[in-house]
Amino acid sequence: MNLPWKSYCLRIETRADNPGWMGVVSSILGVILALVVGGFVLRAAGANNPIATYREIFKEGFGTLRDWQAGIYALLTNTDCPKGLLCFGPISDTLVKASPILLTGLACILAFRMKLWNIGADGQMFMGAWAATGVAIFLLPKNTDRTVMLTTMMLAGLIAGFIYGAIPGLLKAWLNINEIIITLMLNYVAYKWLEYFVVVGPWSIGNFESTGRFTPSATWPRLTEYSKSIPVLAGLTAHPGIFLGVIAAIVLAWIIYRSRWGYEIRVIGDNPKAARYAGINLARNIFLVMGISGALAGLAGMNEVAALRELTGHFQRGYGFTGVIVAWLARLNPLAAIFVAILFGGLLVGTQLIQPQGIASMLQGVILFVVVGTELLFRYRVKLEKITPSIVAPVSESSNVN
Amino acid sequence: MSTNALIALAATIIFGALVSGTPLLFATLGEILSERAGVMNLGIEGMMLVGAMGGFAVWFHTGNTFLGLLVGMIFGGLLALLHAFITVTLRADQVVSGLAVTFLGTGLSSILGAPYVGKAVPQPIPVILPLLDRIELQQLVMVLIGLVLAPAMWYYLNRTRPGLNLRSVGEYPSAADSLGINVYRTRYMYVIFGGLMSGLGGAAMSLVSDPGWVDGKTSGLGWIAVGLVIFASWDPLRGLWVSYFFGLLRRLPLDLQNPALPLISTANNPQLGRIMDMLPYLATIFILILGSREAMRKRIGAPAALGTPYNRGERGL
Amino acid sequence: MSESQKAFEMRGIVKRFPGVLANDHVDFSCRVGEVHALLGENGAGKSTLMNVLGGLYMPEAGEIFVGGQKVSFHSPQDAIAHGIGMVHQHFMLVPSHSVAENIVLGLNHPRFFLNLSQVEEQVVALAEQYNMNVNPRARIWELSVGEQQRVEVLKMLFRGAKVLIMDEPTAVLTPQEVDSLFHTLRDMTRQGHTIVFISHKLDEVVAIADRVTVLRRGKVTAAGESAKGATKAQLAKLMVGREVLFRVVKKKAQPGDVVLSANGLTTNNDRSLPALRNVSFQLHAGEILGVAGVAGNGQRELAEILTGLRRMTSGTAKFGNDLLDPSTKWQEIGQRLAHIPEDRAAFGSVPSLSVAENLILKSFNRVPIAAGWSINSTEVHQNAVRLVDEYQVVTPTVETPVRMLSGGNLQKTILARETSGHPGLMIAVHPTRGLDVGATESVHKILIDQRDAGAAILLISEDLDELLSLSDRLAVMYEGQIIGEMPTEGADIQKIGLMMAGTKVEG
Repeated sequence: MNLPWKSYCLRIETRADNPGWMGVVSSILGVILALVVGGFVLRAAGANNPIATYREIFKEGFGTLRDWQAGIYALLTNTDCPKGLLCFGPISDTLVKASPILLTGLACILAFRMKLWNIGADGQMFMGAWAATGVAIFLLPKNTDRTVMLTTMMLAGLIAGFIYGAIPGLLKAWLNINEIIITLMLNYVAYKWLEYFVVVGPWSIGNFESTGRFTPSATWPRLTEYSKSIPVLAGLTAHPGIFLGVIAAIVLAWIIYRSRWGYEIRVIGDNPKAARYAGINLARNIFLVMGISGALAGLAGMNEVAALRELTGHFQRGYGFTGVIVAWLARLNPLAAIFVAILFGGLLVGTQLIQPQGIASMLQGVILFVVVGTELLFRYRVKLEKITPSIVAPVSESSNVN
Repeated sequence: MSTNALIALAATIIFGALVSGTPLLFATLGEILSERAGVMNLGIEGMMLVGAMGGFAVWFHTGNTFLGLLVGMIFGGLLALLHAFITVTLRADQVVSGLAVTFLGTGLSSILGAPYVGKAVPQPIPVILPLLDRIELQQLVMVLIGLVLAPAMWYYLNRTRPGLNLRSVGEYPSAADSLGINVYRTRYMYVIFGGLMSGLGGAAMSLVSDPGWVDGKTSGLGWIAVGLVIFASWDPLRGLWVSYFFGLLRRLPLDLQNPALPLISTANNPQLGRIMDMLPYLATIFILILGSREAMRKRIGAPAALGTPYNRGERGL
Repeated sequence: MSESQKAFEMRGIVKRFPGVLANDHVDFSCRVGEVHALLGENGAGKSTLMNVLGGLYMPEAGEIFVGGQKVSFHSPQDAIAHGIGMVHQHFMLVPSHSVAENIVLGLNHPRFFLNLSQVEEQVVALAEQYNMNVNPRARIWELSVGEQQRVEVLKMLFRGAKVLIMDEPTAVLTPQEVDSLFHTLRDMTRQGHTIVFISHKLDEVVAIADRVTVLRRGKVTAAGESAKGATKAQLAKLMVGREVLFRVVKKKAQPGDVVLSANGLTTNNDRSLPALRNVSFQLHAGEILGVAGVAGNGQRELAEILTGLRRMTSGTAKFGNDLLDPSTKWQEIGQRLAHIPEDRAAFGSVPSLSVAENLILKSFNRVPIAAGWSINSTEVHQNAVRLVDEYQVVTPTVETPVRMLSGGNLQKTILARETSGHPGLMIAVHPTRGLDVGATESVHKILIDQRDAGAAILLISEDLDELLSLSDRLAVMYEGQIIGEMPTEGADIQKIGLMMAGTKVEG
């Protein structure tokens, strides 16, 4: 066959019909295809039975039917979880993992809606974690009421994230500097910033790369704290942080689809010229959107730090990038992001004990590729066809057919 | 410290900067050509990682460093092929595809490289000259390759016909197309070339400059390369200097660990080390800010068609 | 004319595009060493015909002969190989590269090593041959438009072009540059080159051309007439014709007060060349003022000034009591001023948003669409349903993304959005471009309805028939000036044609 670029070309035409379910289908297809490809890779890495591996991952992430039955039974009868079963363990861990992912996903959704490529959600998250830690250790006395403490930490996370996100926003609005590189670089600055404080600097306790345990009022209450009255909750680390994400998702969905500001954002993202024509202020919106996007990621940082109960040099990197995938897979829909985040939470939890460790990252990469590819296949009809002789070379820009 | 010791230290630092900077140089040079053709590839980190892992794995099984470098290149090129297909043929968004390449590369290198973590590093083989360790000789050769490659690429870009074609495709693809140049094929070629070079950079890291393989070997070097391309104004010769400069910035915290050094020893001053770690990234941001105004004035800037998929018959570029 | 004297010959060329027959069995040939002008208004088919000759389009039927041999061009490279080169209106030059680099781009030799100094010498030598002055090292962006055009010409000559097709070459030149170009063209014909000169400007055609061929609506109306013999009046008539296709039935206008008054509007275009020179006119409520003229004579800049997209260098425009300039509060004025933009995809619509959401682009910040911080979705929906019905927009639902609509329905959506607020003033720029007959009729009806409701409408169009049937008064623009103004009733087509081609006509 001829080289695809010589006498053939891929003609891409927009489909006339474009039902909404196609987006969902292509996302689901993406996940399935990713699993298939991942299976081959696992095989290559020596895992003999990829399906068993996947089942294991699912089990670790969500629990088996027996786990759930036992858990519900124990809940109703107020007894312990039977030995050998996990009950609500997996889902609890998954929800814990899902909450920062959801928040960074929402951060990316907001920015991407306006075609602002915020790749710096990781850095913004780190800064939020840093600020929340500062509040927990320094700002407020150790015996502050829990609600007050946590609220202040949330505020700190939001503000720090906002500022860190607004910086690339301003640079873009004023100097039109590409936000991709700036946010990327700022990630690393944030990593080092945190390291400075926690590993070698003023916050580290002794020779440990850690701030030490927070005072209890600076941490999320966990389900396990209620295990005295409800035994099945023993050992469960799930905390209200997941609600932060869900609430944020609902609020964001309302903003995007129902509010006047959301309308402006969608118009700018789709056609900045039309936005300007309608009198919409581009620079102000770039600033606000990047700032709020950063704020959401900063909140994710606070969420993590309140859950981990301390800040260490091993603060997990990468949630910001997972947020990118969540945003894409959720088709920039905040409500869908909730489900995608839980899925990814399960994935991360499920692969924690699996060797080799890179499975999650690889799967994420494949998913992203497949989703991008299938989205194009669905949005456009891709045909391989011989170059029609009508127009064989670029036409000069004359304004009409003369 | 005695003068001799200071001179020795300075020599170590300079050589260290060159060695540390060369893998970065390879990746940067590759990306420069790719972007000059109009395609941005954010997947450098992923391509370097599979290159590093693949190269190390091949060395582990064959003992042949050269073969390892070659295979590392090919791995990088394969990932780049994927990126080229998605962005040039399917005309998808270059940012997302690049990110996907990074994820994929990170994951693949982690999974497939797991058996090789912490394995024995390439050993020096006794050579005629007793003074140089083989590994240092290899490092020297690597640096020399870089020193030759950069000017060669500059010459290619500015003084040859293929180079002129490449630059035209990145600046104004319609004009190139109207004169019979195949825009799609050109972009494919240079994106893949970028991948080959990134893979080479990664393999150079795991085999020569910093032998060994661990998960995440390149620790963000690929991202720095993305910024360096801009820092270097898409010029291979400037790419030389900026790569070595960043090599220096990366090595400095290590090299300054000698406690005998007066004020600036990082062993005594670990905080300083961390702050110095931030420098490469802050420097890139700073240069971008400076560059944005200079570029607007002097029209030295990004290839005009960078980031825009080429659609024959569409208005604009 | 003997065969050997023909530089090339085109016989029976047919070229079709969706919905339009651009070239209808056109015969066209040129003698060696002549300057042959190809005349016609927009849409006549001149550029299409030359694009066929230049190897960009393949005709559905017809043959081309070069030097007596039948040829078939599949690409511009094929055409160049036979000595036919084209200089387009929009230059294909890489701005950041040098003249020499642009000229040598895409050639087969030297294969690998570029000896630019040698190329530079060759370029200078070639330029001297035609008395052209060029610095081969200069970057394209540093050059004036006239100089860039020279580079394009040299590019073709370097490749051995014997026939040079120039598409509206003077559209972007200053008068001095035009003189310079004409000298160069004369030098070239003295050395045996043949020039095809596409234009709509009668004065220039008469000045430079040896012979003229006139196209109208895809057909040849005058073939190879001597340019000296034909009178301008005759040529104008051949350009615009006599009959009008269809007349919209409309009541006589009842013009009211002055709604828009423009005084001495002067501005430059994007290339810093004068685009508007001292344009003044008045527009009354309840009338349609049509602006005729070939594209590129300042109409776009006029529309941009009146909609706040361009600053005028002098002069004023007043809409009622408000001054129109970029500092005006456009969101506020936008309620009373409707703009039907030239490029509906770029400016007029937000592609992924639904029809309903597009309809509120101007009204989303006001009650009743706005409700506090949010948007009242019921209002939006009802508004959309009402407008879609009223303006007969064909769409599956009002929630359908607007990019799925046909061109005509998209235009109707834009019209619905712009006119639903009962604007006092409407600026409509090429409103029916690219639309089929049905959609065109709908748009015309909407415009008439708005006029009858008291709106003042400025209608800019390239379609003379449309202008004649819709407008109450007609102004003809040429090179940034209103060269004539008259009531449409009883207007003399011939005079209008002459004016469009640059001749001021008294009476």
